[in-house]
Amino acid sequence: MKEGRPASFYWLAIVFALFVLFLYGPTITILALSFQGPEGGLTLPMNGMSSFWFAKLWAGVGVIDIWSAFARSMKLGLAVMVLTVILCVPAGLAYRMRFRGSTALFYVTIASLIVPSIVVSLGIGFEFRLIDEAVKGLAEAWDIDWLAESYTTAMGLFTSALGAHLSWTLPFGLLIMFAVFNRFDRRYEEAARDLGATSWQTFRHVVLPMILPSVIGIGLFGFTLSWDEIARTSQAIGDRNTLPLELQGLTTTVTTPEIYALGTVTTAISLAVVMLALAAISLLRRRQARHGSDAGKGLV
Amino acid sequence: MGSEAGVSPASSLVEERGVASSAARLPRAAAAYLLVAPFALVLLLFFVLPIALTLVVSFWSYNEYSITPSFTLENYAGVFEGCVSRLPELCTTFKTYLSTAKFCVSVWALTLLIGFIVSYFLAFHVRSPAVQIALFLVCTIPFWTSNVIRMISWIPLLGRNGVVNQTLTAMRATGEPIEWLLYSDFAVVLAFVHLFITFMIVPIFNSMMRIDRRLLEAARDAGASGWQTLCNVVVPLCKPGIAIGSIFVVTIVMGDFVTIGVMGGQQIASVGKVIQVETSYLQFPIAAANAVILLAVVLMVIWGLTRLVDIRKEL
Repeated sequence: MKEGRPASFYWLAIVFALFVLFLYGPTITILALSFQGPEGGLTLPMNGMSSFWFAKLWAGVGVIDIWSAFARSMKLGLAVMVLTVILCVPAGLAYRMRFRGSTALFYVTIASLIVPSIVVSLGIGFEFRLIDEAVKGLAEAWDIDWLAESYTTAMGLFTSALGAHLSWTLPFGLLIMFAVFNRFDRRYEEAARDLGATSWQTFRHVVLPMILPSVIGIGLFGFTLSWDEIARTSQAIGDRNTLPLELQGLTTTVTTPEIYALGTVTTAISLAVVMLALAAISLLRRRQARHGSDAGKGLV
Repeated sequence: MGSEAGVSPASSLVEERGVASSAARLPRAAAAYLLVAPFALVLLLFFVLPIALTLVVSFWSYNEYSITPSFTLENYAGVFEGCVSRLPELCTTFKTYLSTAKFCVSVWALTLLIGFIVSYFLAFHVRSPAVQIALFLVCTIPFWTSNVIRMISWIPLLGRNGVVNQTLTAMRATGEPIEWLLYSDFAVVLAFVHLFITFMIVPIFNSMMRIDRRLLEAARDAGASGWQTLCNVVVPLCKPGIAIGSIFVVTIVMGDFVTIGVMGGQQIASVGKVIQVETSYLQFPIAAANAVILLAVVLMVIWGLTRLVDIRKEL
């Protein structure tokens, strides 16, 4: 029995279309404006078409070395991605067994997601300042000259900033693992064990291939959340900024379409990562469908 | 589905079998600890410890040159200076919280309304699962791109010579360009909704997709109108999704300083911005006191929201 669409469908469809326009309209506008001609300004209409502003961007934006900020963000994003995956997958596995403190850790994880980022960032900032004080104090107390002279700070891209980013990406990762294992059929593992697989073999050859699409999802969260992160990084980065922090600074100083060109580049990278991940996920799903169960296909 | 994640790892079969074969393997509890230890350690070092330190430092005293470990309530007194004595006139802190609370309420109301309508359309009106997934992705993909870029993408539309003003002037609707479109409260709310509506759509859509469609049929068979079904069946069953989305939106807006900074032209006060400014002047103890107060306010709001639902059931 197929029914016609109710009138409300069309109204809601219009609202939905407007919402999509609201969501994408501004971004598409600046993507277009980044191809402004050399005479063009920050607003429409387009004043010719050129890649002038990209060329200018390539040469560098004012005093800021945008490309090394770019490289720093890229490196940090990749590190966060890898660590998020290799910390969250085992943690997700652990939550399938009973262990003391699991509830407390669960609440800490949720808290890390919802405590305002500025508070976390400030705390990490303190932590590293106190570490610095302690190291300097010790170096002086014990007369370790080289340390006292050369030591500046422990704060940096791969210490405090990395930690700050992980405090933001790990909760997402663990929640995805929960969602995965809540829908996971344990009989596959039991079958593997019955066939004599060790724990590692069961994980490597049965569980991992099945959860791989979600693991890629966790990696995607890790990279893109880190790539765009500002609030948690702000107090925990030290003296060399990541790309989003530089971008935030540029919003007040740059008044040419150059900033749109930069926007186009960073958006393109985000989208490329998302598309890559989605493509990988759908590829894996399709493979699973092909190689998965042969139930119902007959005996021969 | 719906079993309490982690807390009562379902299948008792596994437990029994685990006991039987545990002689050969690592005890299960030890294995669990080993697996979860790195994760827990990172959160301990970069979340629990920093928050604890913030709490401690908020009681330290400081002057222009140094910070001294001690126990003083001066920082808190400083935050609330004149707040009680000068009532009914509001002190800076109360004003800032009031302004932040206004943003919270308006952004929450807008994201909830729009998010609910969009999710409802996706969940109940789009019939093909493939189209449903595609449209859901359309709604979520912007979430993965840079927030700052999405903020500045409003400039060509809302600026003094932007599209909106050009259109209005061309239509002779206004004589002069409207100034309050950009770098204003309006712009801040608009950007918040634009940036964070995903946090509302995803959990509400998730809740809606779990609603057994037979319930809707039953409601209709029992004579409920579309509107009655919506109010008495769909909305109550979406409550968990609504609560999760609300928690995200409210906490983000409460602690924000980036969006308010960029979209408010660095002119609008917010709690997060106060903390940031104090830190940049190295006034750590008072920044910490502000952070602790902010945290307390946020936790109270969340506590209120979790009274409504048990969030753990929803994962």
